[in-house]
Amino acid sequence: METTAVKKYTFKDFTSDQEVRWCPGCDDYVILRSMQKALPEMGIAKENAVFISGIGCSSRFPYYMDTYGMHSIHGRAPGIASGVKLANPDLSVWVMTGDGDSMAIGGNHFIHVLRRNIDLNIVMFNNEIYGLTKGQFSPTSLIGQKTKSSPYGNTQPPFSPGELALGANARFFARIGGNNPKAMTQIFIDAHKFKGTSLVEVLQNCVIFNDGCFANVTDKDVKEDKQIYLEHGKPMIFGKNSDKGLVLKGLKLEVVTIGENGITQEDLLVHNAKEQDKTLHQMLVRLEYPLATGIIRSFEDVTLEEREDYLTAQVKANSKFKKTDDLFFSGETYQVK
Amino acid sequence: MITNTETGKVELQPEVLEAVVVRFVGDSGDGMQLTGTQFTDTSAMFGNDIATFPNYPSEIRAPQGSLYGVSGFQVHIGSVEVSTPGDDVDLLVAMNPAGLKTNLYAVKPGHTIIVDTDSFTKKNLEKAEYKTNPLEDGSLENYRVIEVAMSSLTKEALKDVEGLDNKSITRSKNMFSLGMIYWMYNRSTDHSVEFFNKKFKSKPELIEANTKVLNAGFYYAETLELIPNSYTISPAKLAAGTYRIIMGNAATAWGLLAAAEKSGLELFLGSYPITPATDILHELVKHKHFGVKAFQAEDEIAGVTSAIGASFAGDLAITTTSGPGLALKGEAIGLAMIIELPLVIINVQRGGPSTGLPTKTEQSDLLQAMYGRNGESPVIVIAASTPGNCFDFAYEAARLALEHMTPVILLTDGYIANGSAPWKIQTVADMPEIKNRKITEVKENWHPYNRDEKTLTRDWAIPGTPGLEHRVGGLEKDSVTGNVSYVPENHEKMTHTRAEKIRLVQNNIPDLKTEFADSGDLLVIGWGGTYGSLHSAVKQINDEGYKKIGLAHFNYINPMPKNTEEVLSRFKKIIVCELNSGQFASILRINHSKFEFFQHNKIQGLPFSNDELIEQFKKLV
Repeated sequence: METTAVKKYTFKDFTSDQEVRWCPGCDDYVILRSMQKALPEMGIAKENAVFISGIGCSSRFPYYMDTYGMHSIHGRAPGIASGVKLANPDLSVWVMTGDGDSMAIGGNHFIHVLRRNIDLNIVMFNNEIYGLTKGQFSPTSLIGQKTKSSPYGNTQPPFSPGELALGANARFFARIGGNNPKAMTQIFIDAHKFKGTSLVEVLQNCVIFNDGCFANVTDKDVKEDKQIYLEHGKPMIFGKNSDKGLVLKGLKLEVVTIGENGITQEDLLVHNAKEQDKTLHQMLVRLEYPLATGIIRSFEDVTLEEREDYLTAQVKANSKFKKTDDLFFSGETYQVK
Repeated sequence: MITNTETGKVELQPEVLEAVVVRFVGDSGDGMQLTGTQFTDTSAMFGNDIATFPNYPSEIRAPQGSLYGVSGFQVHIGSVEVSTPGDDVDLLVAMNPAGLKTNLYAVKPGHTIIVDTDSFTKKNLEKAEYKTNPLEDGSLENYRVIEVAMSSLTKEALKDVEGLDNKSITRSKNMFSLGMIYWMYNRSTDHSVEFFNKKFKSKPELIEANTKVLNAGFYYAETLELIPNSYTISPAKLAAGTYRIIMGNAATAWGLLAAAEKSGLELFLGSYPITPATDILHELVKHKHFGVKAFQAEDEIAGVTSAIGASFAGDLAITTTSGPGLALKGEAIGLAMIIELPLVIINVQRGGPSTGLPTKTEQSDLLQAMYGRNGESPVIVIAASTPGNCFDFAYEAARLALEHMTPVILLTDGYIANGSAPWKIQTVADMPEIKNRKITEVKENWHPYNRDEKTLTRDWAIPGTPGLEHRVGGLEKDSVTGNVSYVPENHEKMTHTRAEKIRLVQNNIPDLKTEFADSGDLLVIGWGGTYGSLHSAVKQINDEGYKKIGLAHFNYINPMPKNTEEVLSRFKKIIVCELNSGQFASILRINHSKFEFFQHNKIQGLPFSNDELIEQFKKLV
């Protein structure tokens, strides 16, 4: 619940007394700190934040947050989080998950939670590998990727999390590099503010089993050239010199250079994250060069709670039943003397 | 039947019977469930005790006239206590050959069968796999067969009603049979006419049609010489009060509503459709006016996990299912067990294994409820035993879950869930108190696994409560701080603590009672939905003069009542009767190894019959 008189917190207020046990150098530390920094900016009381996780490296997350939390079972966090939110809509509910947890064992819950649009937030740590079980391929691992369970190369084609999410009618989808805490913090705040289910995919490097999996797009020296950071209402510009951009040519996005062939900034597409039609968002999600990051889609729709509340209020107003006794004695009853 | 000595004429004097079993059978589309329900309600209002059991195919609309498309409804009405839908059918109403073929086994020779002769066509006889017409080949000569051209009579009765299509005419012939039965058992048609007026408010032609056909059947029976006598069944002696007819699944749903109101909590149901449990979901979704949050999830697992989430956040959380669904929920129930949250899991048992017999009854999920989770994972297991007490045990499941911070599995079954009986209405004020474990006060040095000394239950600190922020999870927890712990001794201690916590529930449940005899030659033991059958059989054998046979029926299975061992020791022999191959018997053997337990088991998707039980009991005394 957004309250006016919420205490001013710092990240320390959200740091639990538990020793963090991820591998040194893991991007998970960046995600943890970004979240601890984002929470004080959300304007919520500490007791109203709830973190629910499944199983996997990502899912140790709740133990490190000094909030309410549950480390549950593999793949099932979306169900638990849905129950928490429906039971108490005043809570800010977060699902912390990974690519295996949410897209393999929990794939069914993942698509349905997005479809329903309950006001909760999902952060998916995508490292294209199973970390906690020590290095098997995941539903986002690449074809040919050598892992403990694919020593000769992975033969199973991967999911694109963003495409899957948009296919399941996700209203909010953001993607961010695991080494970009500043932008990540802001995205978490925006995800919280978004009314409806939000999904944030973090491109998270696994230093042990899949080191460098996103290096070609997230490394410091290449990220400006290889990524386009999308902001609502701003032209789609990228590149170290901010001279590259995206235009729509036919049914495809095309990279152009400002100043070449008469292209000016006015010719570039302007990002509209709030557009209901997801055609362009899907093209952006699919784009390999440059890789789209930032908030790709943020379309505000009616939430499940709003629909339910509306119906409940109507039924309550029109019902003759105020107490269960009214129900029990209603209809056909008879006396035995 | 009384013969007038002066005239020698047989007069229509109602014969008084104690109890009668009537079964209506026909095509799935013939309206047998409605006919049965109408007769049931009318009889209940007359003051009879009743027990019913619908028996319908799992096919939604099976091909007309086929053997597997037969739908049936059986009702047992009595002026005495009636505890089962009955074994032997006194009157069978068969709307087609397939219905006759599949149900004749239940009719005792000499008893009555009413058939719609119009339906005994060549085509229907073939579909029912009759080589010759049973109405003509003499195969029914041991029965009293009343042949009525019901379809033609219905058509004739409706010839002046305007605005009816052929389908509506055909479909109202079930009311003709109902009218006949009303006359035979001396019942008024008023209740059903009132029902038509309500149901077809906006279709006056249907009110007229159904009323006409009902009356036509009633008068036909009155004037028909083929029915030489009429029966009456006096009102039964039920405890005074306001009653209604209730089905087991509805009673379960209402028990949960009552528990939510009494405990001051909101009710959350996370569920996924599965036969025969879905009616609980159907019932609870209606009650948004009480703030019920009923969530139809994407699968069984999301059904239980959403309930766990709601419980974590402070709701009275329920999930409902049947056997296959319980298997899918197992891991999540283990989670609720280790994080010690209140959760009610309702398993309306059906025939297993795998998909098994979805529309038939069985008690074969007991061991699954007890042990069907990884690791040592004890939960409370209780069972309802009649359609009406599904209300009490649903309430009890909620009470125990909330007071002991644990999952509770409530077992019912297809037999009592779909059966109906008179229910003496209970008000919420009459129900026992429910004290939940919610805390809001921040105590010095509070940890989530702090326990009450007497019950070993932990506190329920829900999100949104300032100062009590904490984490729970499926990993083993330190017994003091609640932090993740891999310490060997701690794991053993926590395992013992969780088991002891469930055992201590014994202090919060009633003692086991015996009926008919406190001690003696034979103790009949049952649990759950077989109560009606066992009660009726033990009563009958006592009436026959075997006075030293007692019945102990268990509703509390884990833990068992404290006095169980003492009750067992009062009898020379013990027989455990179950609709499985001996699951409760094996639990009794584990816990009470000094006794010998005989068994009587049946795994046919059907309830026990009186005769088979009595035969078994007689072998042992």
